[in-house]
This record gives sequence, structure tokens and C-alpha cells, in this order.
Amino acid sequence: MEKNNTLKLKFESARKYAPAPESRSAAKINAQYELFINGRFEKPLSGKYFDTINPATEEKLSQVAEANDADVDRAVKAARNAYENVWRDMPGAERGKYIFRIARMIQERARELAVIETLNGGKPIRESRDFDIPVVANHFFYYAGWADKLEYAFPNRRPQPLGVAAQIIPWNFPLMMAAWKIAPAIATGNTVVLKPAETTPLTALKLAEIIQESGLPPGVVNIITGAGATGSALVNHPDVNKIAFTGSTEVGKHIQRAIGGTAKRTTLELGGKAANIIFDDAPIDQAVEGVINGIFFNQGHVCCAGSRLYVQESVLGEVIRKLKDRLETLIVGDPMDKNTDIGAINSRQQLENINKYLDIGRAEGAEMYQPDIELPGKGFFCKPTIFTNVAQSNRISQEEIFGPVLTIQSFRTDDEVIEKANNSPYGLSAGVWTDKGSKIFNLTTKLRAGVVWANTYNQFDPTSPFGGYKESGYGREGGLHGLNAYVKF
Amino acid sequence: MVDTNGAAMPLLMRTPRIDQVGVVERAARITKRSIKKETKVNGLLLTLNMIDLTTLEGKDSEGKVKQMCYKAKHLLDTYPGLPTVAAVCVYPAMVHTAKKAVEGTGIRVASVATGFPSGQASHEVKISETKFAVEQGADEVDMVISRGKFLAGEYNFVFDEIAAIKEACGNARLKVILETGELVTFDKVRRASDIAMYAGADFIKTSTGKVTPAATLPVTLVMLEAIRDFHYDTGRMVGMKPAGGISKSKLALHYLVMLNEVLGEEWMNNQWFRFGASSLANDVLMQLMKEKTGVYQGKDYFSLD
Repeated sequence: MEKNNTLKLKFESARKYAPAPESRSAAKINAQYELFINGRFEKPLSGKYFDTINPATEEKLSQVAEANDADVDRAVKAARNAYENVWRDMPGAERGKYIFRIARMIQERARELAVIETLNGGKPIRESRDFDIPVVANHFFYYAGWADKLEYAFPNRRPQPLGVAAQIIPWNFPLMMAAWKIAPAIATGNTVVLKPAETTPLTALKLAEIIQESGLPPGVVNIITGAGATGSALVNHPDVNKIAFTGSTEVGKHIQRAIGGTAKRTTLELGGKAANIIFDDAPIDQAVEGVINGIFFNQGHVCCAGSRLYVQESVLGEVIRKLKDRLETLIVGDPMDKNTDIGAINSRQQLENINKYLDIGRAEGAEMYQPDIELPGKGFFCKPTIFTNVAQSNRISQEEIFGPVLTIQSFRTDDEVIEKANNSPYGLSAGVWTDKGSKIFNLTTKLRAGVVWANTYNQFDPTSPFGGYKESGYGREGGLHGLNAYVKF
Repeated sequence: MVDTNGAAMPLLMRTPRIDQVGVVERAARITKRSIKKETKVNGLLLTLNMIDLTTLEGKDSEGKVKQMCYKAKHLLDTYPGLPTVAAVCVYPAMVHTAKKAVEGTGIRVASVATGFPSGQASHEVKISETKFAVEQGADEVDMVISRGKFLAGEYNFVFDEIAAIKEACGNARLKVILETGELVTFDKVRRASDIAMYAGADFIKTSTGKVTPAATLPVTLVMLEAIRDFHYDTGRMVGMKPAGGISKSKLALHYLVMLNEVLGEEWMNNQWFRFGASSLANDVLMQLMKEKTGVYQGKDYFSLD
């Protein structure tokens, strides 16, 4: 009997669950937020504020202070003062106690933080509740444990803190990125000035409240808000010893140029265009699920998103068919609904950028597939999208789209796919799906990517280092390696 | 491709490998769906309508079977508009009694057969037991596969046996119990599922209820995905029956969400999905009353049968 490829499963009802919204009242959001400098919330010297919105409704949530050069200077001075007079010389065990306390307070307020993360960033509440906030708390717990054990992390090398760390973080995992930056920095005795992204400042400011309540000595962590100019002032401040940046490759290059000739140390965690590779001996259904999680997690706003799918030609048809069926059951919509799989795109600007790439892809001759669903009338939303008939030379398979867009290409041999996977200016992460252990080890040694997941994707743990090759940046965050970026010998 | 009309052995090399970690993760993700309000009530009503109300004890008597059949017809008469269960499931010797008791209600009678639960009987005994059950009036036959032969790698034996029982069933629908608790790995569950479906199973079923673990969400996911692949390849629909260990409404709703999101709405009825359960019905009734009245009632308000 001929293999029947015309049958289509019907999933209409899968998208029609009764609404199950998380309660917005779980979160207290002030009408206005100030800068968190030296343990206090201070009005900005700039006198300026900017609005922060809910990208799912386009409603204003609050307004936050915009730090100018003088505000940045105040924050760096506070950090310097705390570094020299309190934090640098405090015994590690004492530092650890503060960090443990912050971790516990994050756990206690997990629900509120999850709700705010979702309201301000657009990600589904299921993700902020089950992924972001638990990872945040785990990071603080993990690095709190290192605070008094640094000499065991670096035996016989007498690790010393660097000084004041300027930390600039992106909007895709706002609080998680703050945790990845702050926890190792203060565990090793540095002090911090952190600038959250312009579109998602609220959870970082909530963290500032927690830090204030925790009794952490004033000035150890300062959190200032603003846009690119604020970040630039922070990077260029002469009294900063270390810059930790996560964000776009473009801004990363700009930072590199700005600090050329200075003694400032940097770690950069930049963009990615990860290859996710399915071999014909892979567990196909689990691989398909892994591909879905790899690209549609957090609306694809993930630097390590598996955005380039390579499928061995003999299973290409099956994989595409199963991906399309799976797309039918993804629920796109209100991020506050507990059943939502794909929430709102973070900003209008990002949505426009994604749509630009959808146009480019079609113009390049790729075939676009989106499920036949209705998007909410307001807010920034994008249907999950897959492109087939894609070539390595297409822009959609070379450039980072940072949205729910997957490109699919086929390959025949192991060597061919290794070559194609490495044929990218990025090198942050990769995925390999095969039932054969030897093939996994062959690929992990040859793929130029900081993280290679085998038969899984997007797994994070505070004990595991994370970071890239090539234009995906340098330096590692997480694990023992993450301490390295904040000490000198 | 293999010939399905003549019931030929599937090409086992085409049976995909199953990654246990991925299956468990996906099953866990499905339990994150939050089923509320009218979706919950509809799901609970559907659950009732999908139950194979079961008694499979050595101590089963005619009186016990009659009482269970009455319960199958009258789940909770104070709650208007309730469906009946899908079927009652009994031993072959009780089929006659059950058939009479549910006559005219649309409730089907399922009978276990083939040396249930171990399957350790001769071929002739299995065939004649199946024929006896059907002659007594069974609409459905729940057979067990020969797990010993399967684990010994005698796949052709298992395949031929299922095909022979299917023939003996005549018009009765055949449910094939894999006894996943004895197969242990998902790879084996998947292989057994493929063999059963290609041999002519109308349903594949996880467990007898006599072995632990019985039905779980992950093993059900593996079997649903096997059904999906079989459907893709042949165009035929096959039903699914998780059995054993499903006694709470919330868990039953997780199963329905899984069914809904793996196979879709065409499978969302008792023609294609069953719960093998003895105590699930009362918990569902309790939840339905809670949805209706806003308060939980004591378990003594629900009849035990």
C-alpha cells in the first residue's frame, strides 16, 4: 500500500481550552520607579522618566527613571565606595549569607516575580513560573555556596575580586540575566552597577526591592535604568573594572571598540544561529518536540535558539509533517494564560524586525508555513513559522532573527552537516539528535559551539558553563567557569 | 510497504527508537495544561463515557457483575444528563450475565480472553476462549500478548497469535494488552505496539491491571505516537486504552489532553479511546458535583459498585 501523506490530523479543539489566567493581582507594580543607588531609590538627576509597557496589550505598566551620565557616575561611585570599604574585605562566608538570603527571598516571592516578568516581557506565565524564576533563585543559591570556597575553586592561586562591574543585560530573560550577572560578581567580592534592558526593567527593580530588604550593604548592587545612552555611559565610565554584556553582536562589537586601550575586562554573550541536527536514526517524535522547544521557547527570543534545523534527507518528509502537526497544537496568545505556549513578541520594533525577515525569506524563494490561527487584536504577536526549501545562502538561514522562525535544510552525510552547521559567524549552541553515542561524540568535538545538547535542547543549570565561540562572544557564565570572569590572580 | 490487508508483519527496522528522557519530559509538559470551567466539565463527562467499568477478580460472582452493570447504567441518577460508561469489562464466564444486564442501553460488553492475565495458555485454549467469549455475546475482546515470547525475540509468534485471535473475534473489536509493566522499556513498548497494530488490533491497551506499573502518561504517549505513525502509514485508525492505576479525575484529564494534542479530536470519543478503570467513575462524579454545586460531597454520597 502506498504511504499515505494526505491524511491530516485535526486539532481544532486543542486550541479551545477555557481561559485559565494567572491573577494579575499577585503582583504589585508601582506607578513610578526610581534608580536604585547606594541602597536607596533615588530620583534621577536627569529628571526624566520613560514608559514601560505590557507588550501583550500595549498598555502602560509604569514609568521608570532614565539615568544620564551624572546618574551613572553616582552609581559607579556608590559601587566603588562599597567595594573599597565593605564588600572586598568582607569574609566570603559573610558575603555568602547575604546571597543566600536574596535567593530565599526570590523563592518566597516567586509568584509575584513570575507575573511581573510575564506582564513586562510578554513571555508565557508557564515559562516565567516554571523556568525563569526557579533558575534565578538557583543561580543565587549556587554562587552563594562558592563565596567562601573560592580558594578551592582556584587552588593555590589566591583569587582577588576585580572591583566595580558594569553589567548590561537584554530583554529576553530579564531577571534570569540579572541573576547570571549579579550572583557570581558579588560572590567573588565585586560590586555591581546593573542596567536592565529598556523594555523590561520591572523585575530588576523588584530585585532591587528584595536586595534593599535583604540588608545587603548599600552600594554593593546598584540598578539603574535607561536606554542605549545610559549603557554607553556605563561602559565608558573610567572607574569601571569589568564589563559583562549580554545582547546583540552589533552592540557587543561597539563595546569592544569603546573599551579598546583600557584595562577593562569583558565578557560578551552575544547572538546565535544554532544548528539543530536530526539524523535518521534519531528518536523522531522526541526530536520533533526538542526542535519545537528549541525554537519556540520564549517566542524564539533566545540567543541559543535552535533556529537552523538540519534533517537527514531520508527522514525529512516525516520530520516536516510532524513539525506541522505539532504547530497546530501550540497555543499563541495571552501570556498570562497558563495554557499559552507562545506569548507576545517583546516590542513593536522586534516584531517589525521579525516580519522583515519573513518577507526576506519569501522573497528568497523559501516556502513559509504558519498554522491557521488567529492572533490577538492588540499587542505584538507572531505566528510560529517554519521555512522549508531553504538554502545555506539564504539570509534567513544566516542571520539571527530572534523570533519564532525556523529554517529547515536537509543533509546527507555527517561531514556535510558538520560543515554546514559550522558555516556561520555565530557559535553559541547546537543540538544533535541520534540514537548512536559515537555519532554524538564525533559531532560534539567538531561543532564550533559553546554548548552542544544531545537528544535534548535548552537545558540550563547554574553548575554548567554557558557561552560562545566566534561572534557569539567570549567568556563563560555559570558553573566554576563563571567565577573566572570575576577574579584576578 | 507492508501489506495491511493481508496482515503482514511490520518492518521492525522502521520502528523508531524512543528516547525515554524526551518522552517523560513531554508527558510532564502535558500535565501543565490547566483545564478549567466548561472544558473541565466536558472533559469529565467525556471521561465517564470512555470508561470500561471493570471487575476482574477471582471472586467475581453473577451478583457482583449485575450490580456493576447497574452502576454502569446509572452512574448518579440525581445528576441529570450524565452519559453511561462505554463498556463493562468482565471474564468470559460472566459475559452472558453482563450482556443481559446491560441489554438495550448501548453499553458494550468487553471480555478478557487468551489466558488473561498471564497469557500462559496453549494456542487452542486461547482461540477457544476467545470464541466462547464472542459466542456469549462479547462486543469486544481484551487479549494479552505472550510477553515471554516477545521478550525472547519471537516476534513472528506474537504477531501470528494476535492475527489468529483477531480472526477468532469475528465482528468483535479486539483490544491487545501489551502489559507494558513487563516490557519495561519504551523501545519494546513501541515495537509491541507496531506488531499489534499490523496484526489487526482495533485497540492497543497498556495493562492488565495485575502488574505494576500499569498505565502511565509516558507509556501512553509512546503508544499514542505509535498509533499516529500507523495512521500516517496506513490511513487506519486504532484505539487506545490505558488501564490500571487511573483513579483520579485530574489524571484522567491529563490523558485526554494528551490524546487531544497527539491524535486530535477524531480520537476524542469512546470509539477510539477508553479508560480501563474500576474506581475512576466515582472520583469523576465527585468532581462533577463539585463543579455544579461549588462544594465537595462526602464519598459516601457516591455508590460503590
